Amino acid sequence: MQNDWDLYEVFIRSKRGLSHKHVGSVHAADGRMAIENARDLYTRRSEGESIWVIPAKEIVASDPAEGDALFGPAQDKVYRHPTFYDIPKEVGKM
Amino acid sequence: MYTTDLRTAEEKAKAAKDEIKVAEEGMAEFQARIDRDEFIEPKDWMPEGYRKTLIRQMSQHAHSEIVGMHPEGNWVTRAPTLKRKLILIAKIQDEAGHGLYLYSAAETLGVSREELVRQLHAGEAKYSTIFNYPTMNWADVGAVGWLVDGAAITNQIPLCRCSYGPYARAMTRVCKEESFHQRQGYEALLEMMKGTDEQKKMVQDAFDRLFWPALMMFGPPDSDSAHSSQNMAWKIKRFSNDELRQRFVDATIPQAEFLGLKIPEQIKWNEETGHYDFGELDWDEFWDVVKGNGISNDDRMNARNEALEDGAWVREAAAAYAEKQRAKSKAA
Repeated sequence: MQNDWDLYEVFIRSKRGLSHKHVGSVHAADGRMAIENARDLYTRRSEGESIWVIPAKEIVASDPAEGDALFGPAQDKVYRHPTFYDIPKEVGKM
Repeated sequence: MYTTDLRTAEEKAKAAKDEIKVAEEGMAEFQARIDRDEFIEPKDWMPEGYRKTLIRQMSQHAHSEIVGMHPEGNWVTRAPTLKRKLILIAKIQDEAGHGLYLYSAAETLGVSREELVRQLHAGEAKYSTIFNYPTMNWADVGAVGWLVDGAAITNQIPLCRCSYGPYARAMTRVCKEESFHQRQGYEALLEMMKGTDEQKKMVQDAFDRLFWPALMMFGPPDSDSAHSSQNMAWKIKRFSNDELRQRFVDATIPQAEFLGLKIPEQIKWNEETGHYDFGELDWDEFWDVVKGNGISNDDRMNARNEALEDGAWVREAAAAYAEKQRAKSKAA
């Protein structure tokens, strides 16, 4: 089989969604066809109102083996969270 | 890579031992993640056997969705009312979508869709046995929705918790849509059972022919299932073939009774077990269909191959056009 076309990753922002969310991928000859295919495939039941497609080969992903180094600090640096700081009640809502 | 290995025999033996140790530790760590119910994601390390099994299962699942469009597509032009025709078209569109979700998910394992489709067309990959049965009358379309999609859902709901993340997420989407298919199929049959004697006879005929093949969709009996135990340990499968089959029978027989269908004699409610007994299936027939000798195997494969070959020039045209547009936008 020839011309299986490029793989595009599909991101959709739903009607009440704040951001685009990865929903899957489609094969297409070009970006426009990818949008059309994604529209047919992923929004048949009014799941969204904005679609992004991006060639899968353009995506660089983090390495799971480096997960600890990449994501670890968030957990042991509790001072980054607002709840770490005690504010006297009298000060009111902050 | 091309240099002479200058290590002593002792060093080489130690290196080989270290390699085995790393592989064993990797395997233990992997199994521990599975046991903790973590999802395995595309870039995570996984045993080669796990990857291979998933590619096999997911691609065959995808192929089933694609080939499954044929028996129903057979009735699009002959659907009895415009409403039923629209519903049928929408359903077949969903099946195409399910095929695409599943191919996408399979591709995260490092295999191309092109290669998977090649395997299907070369007869190297299987698809569900059920689609090698012909749709003989309009009631078959309803029965396919009710029984075939019903069996598929029974199979697929546990797959929403399968250990491989992309597969589990694809199944979540699929299950939402399959539920529409099953309900519309059952409703179509309900409608026919309110109709003439001839319509009722058609429904009974469809049920008699498709019920047993639908039970075979769950695969060979546990005693004869090659991949079962490893797949359960890896949580690719959550329940055995026989467990799921029993679950489907228990759910379906009351639905058949509600329709007013005559239930086959060998199906009996078992007060003790709280399940329906349904006897042995015709496993010779099953293996025969798996091997390509079912009623419609040749028709299905011919239709797929024809579509692939006849469509080649269209795919080439689309690729050439995309290339031209790219060149144009670069020049501009």
